[in-house]
Amino acid sequence: MTSNRVIDVVESDGVDISRRRFLSVSAAAGGGLLIGFAIGPAIKAAGAAGKAANASFTPNAFIRIGSDGQVVLTMPYVEMGQGTYTSIPMLIAEELEVDLKQVRLEHAPPNEKLYANPLLGVQATGNSNAVRGAWQPMRQAGATARTMLVAAAAKRWNVDPASCRAQSGEVLHAPTGRKLKYGALAAETAGMPVPDKVALKQAKDFKLIGTPAKRLDTPSKVNGTAVYGIDARPPGVKIATLAQSPVFGGRVKSVDDTAAKRVKGVRQIVRLDDCVAVVADHMGAAKKGLAALKIEWDDGPHAKLGTSDIAAELEKATLNSGAVAQNIGDVGKAMASAVTKVETTYQVPFLAHATMEPMNCTVHVHKDGCEIWVGNQAIARCQAAAAKITGLPLDKVVLHNHLIGGGFGRRLESDGVERTVQIAQHVDGPVKVVWTREEDIQHDMYRPYWFDRISAGLDAKGMPVAWSHRFAGSSVIARWLPPGFNKGLDSDTTEGAIDLVYGFPNLHVEYVRVEPPGIPTAFWRSVGPSHNVFVTESFIDEMAAAAKQDPVAYRRALLDKSPRAKAVLELAAEKAGWGQPLPERVGRGVSLQFVFATYMAQVAEVEVSKDGAVRVRRLVCAVDCGTVVNPDTVRAQVQSAVVFGITAALHGEITLKDGRVEQSNFHDYLMLRMNEAPAIEVYIVNSSQPPGGMGECGTSAIVPAVTNAIFAATGKRLRKLPVDTTALKQAV
Amino acid sequence: MAFTIKVNGNTHSVDVDGDTPLLWVLRDVLGMTGTKFGCGRALCGACTVHLNGVPIRSCITSVESVGAKSVTTIEAIGHTPAGKKIQQAWIELDVPQCGYCQSGQIMSAAALLAKTPNPSDADIDGAMSGNICRCGTYARIREGIKRAAHGATSDKKGT
Repeated sequence: MTSNRVIDVVESDGVDISRRRFLSVSAAAGGGLLIGFAIGPAIKAAGAAGKAANASFTPNAFIRIGSDGQVVLTMPYVEMGQGTYTSIPMLIAEELEVDLKQVRLEHAPPNEKLYANPLLGVQATGNSNAVRGAWQPMRQAGATARTMLVAAAAKRWNVDPASCRAQSGEVLHAPTGRKLKYGALAAETAGMPVPDKVALKQAKDFKLIGTPAKRLDTPSKVNGTAVYGIDARPPGVKIATLAQSPVFGGRVKSVDDTAAKRVKGVRQIVRLDDCVAVVADHMGAAKKGLAALKIEWDDGPHAKLGTSDIAAELEKATLNSGAVAQNIGDVGKAMASAVTKVETTYQVPFLAHATMEPMNCTVHVHKDGCEIWVGNQAIARCQAAAAKITGLPLDKVVLHNHLIGGGFGRRLESDGVERTVQIAQHVDGPVKVVWTREEDIQHDMYRPYWFDRISAGLDAKGMPVAWSHRFAGSSVIARWLPPGFNKGLDSDTTEGAIDLVYGFPNLHVEYVRVEPPGIPTAFWRSVGPSHNVFVTESFIDEMAAAAKQDPVAYRRALLDKSPRAKAVLELAAEKAGWGQPLPERVGRGVSLQFVFATYMAQVAEVEVSKDGAVRVRRLVCAVDCGTVVNPDTVRAQVQSAVVFGITAALHGEITLKDGRVEQSNFHDYLMLRMNEAPAIEVYIVNSSQPPGGMGECGTSAIVPAVTNAIFAATGKRLRKLPVDTTALKQAV
Repeated sequence: MAFTIKVNGNTHSVDVDGDTPLLWVLRDVLGMTGTKFGCGRALCGACTVHLNGVPIRSCITSVESVGAKSVTTIEAIGHTPAGKKIQQAWIELDVPQCGYCQSGQIMSAAALLAKTPNPSDADIDGAMSGNICRCGTYARIREGIKRAAHGATSDKKGT
């Protein structure tokens, strides 16, 4: 880019006004038009509550229009199945007036300055915020480019730009019928002045946004041509697999590699402090070599650690006060006046991500630099980590990002890249390190274990007068993004526990940070809400039961100040046939939440067999996620997130014994399968509000819907996950 | 020693141990990366290929056991009538999300359809429950198999 000119952008839809965008325009290599936009810090926090998750930062990206008329969009967000490689191009194409098939995508290289995610402050794809963050700037970039292309055509024709319009990658001059393709205008448009103001389309004029666009990445995903990180094959690459200390924090004591070296195809054994890797011609030889290694470990300080030790520590921590996440009114006084008090504890387990693509990375460390091939949600973080390990400057670390075979938060971490760089430093030439499934599950970074203590005071009619909630567990943000952790709190850990949709007159919520020893924690699909919504939506069900009221009616009575929440609750209840009779040991459970800037209600219909087995038969979801960009993706994300959440609710649990993760593969870390998957119905509320996130909210919502349905079916209240089927066996 | 295997109609000679899983011969030796690694223990189905038209898990199938049988992978399944219909239905319904497991899903679904042109829900459960999808695309996989069998039909509810 050669110039930076500041312009104002007028928002025609009245949302998030008074921002200043910093756009720059220059000629692209090859004579095309290149538009980049770097956006200053967010100026205006969204919503009266100043909710951090809604803060209106905005991302950065590049558009390139070649002389062939093709629009190349460099994607600052990564595709991991959530459809972002279709929804983000839709935003730009809408304003640019091009067909989606004219858009070509490139993965963005690591560059925090250009591609930082404004809602996270770093270059990362997560927190269900790609569309939220891109909503304004991507459309503005498209509109600016379109306005300039029209101006260039008008100049060439010597007519008023107002007499021209853009359509399907061309500028038309209606009075004379003349037209020019964007490609033919690209070079001269680069020399045009950047407009001071561009108007964005009104929602009623959208042609693409809100239509079910076909995903751009599907064809390559049905014929084996899609390239994931694990498919990278730079010339001369060797394949390695590894054994890391089975206890976190342990060390290698000794290695006997005599037998491993004799395995055909094994080339090298790399020994690090806490890891041994076998480098071979192919993974078959590497695995065989690894199995032939005799490794003795020094288990280190966590050799005796068990899950119950951690749970006990968390439980104890909830007896002490923590950081106040939210306070309304005077809970102590209100609680003293309550006619009925309900109180209990909840806990949720550690969870692994178990992405279908096991962790892997390919690295070539050579004397002049370091080259990395990986699929990761936070590539600038990976680049920085590799630079630190190798001692190279950032620009000598070249990273090629790839499609991601499942993220769910696992690939927001750089640990796999770091490990591979450490190994590659000992290998001559490029090496691809592939984690076995066992290594992937036993050396994940896990969804934190949480312990919650919660109570409510009810009046004579059973309605809440006080709500008090204190929980203890790990803060992922405190490690991953330290500036995001302030005064003992972060926005992720508390999301779903505060700013509840219900109108509680007195509310007090505290968080106690406790970092468990001997087990690393990380983001996991729906992160804070994955725990908080289970607790809050289970507990309000308990309050309704204590008040002897219907769970939907009880919630509804508390929603006078949340019309969007009330609307999704009513829609889900209606579509689910709430209140209609069900067979014995079948129950309906409801949940309602506002997280990731999206309102969602779910009704699960669950059957509990006499032996305690639980089957989710049907799931109805009503969602108000504001303006819908691609409704088919919204449906797909609900389908996906619901299966992910049921998997966790019914099966998900990582446990430690003697410091070791006890689960290892899909026989003991179970996934929901085809024969267990429920029918899922999704109802989308029409809305012109700004978009909310869709990648994760379905996961947090389904879990309490399932346990509330189990309560309806059996009378058993489950306060600890995963579902204990032995507790649900019918008494004979 | 060297083994000769026939993959997608082409004959290859590979010099690996006989107990090497076919998966790694395909991916690392022959460079055919469409077939995916998921678990290494026949628990997830990501590595599914066909041996003489029968779906097998290549992660536990040794190269020496393949013999003269024909291996078909995701790269060539579109040349079979059932595979082509499945791929088309997958595209029409936008079945994949992350897509990583879909090679295996498509290989299992194509084998089902070739053998059972009009599969019931129970047939689909039986043929597909060995294939895990962490993105939870099961509903669309089921619909995709039915569409490939019957043409465009949908019983899905919702807006």
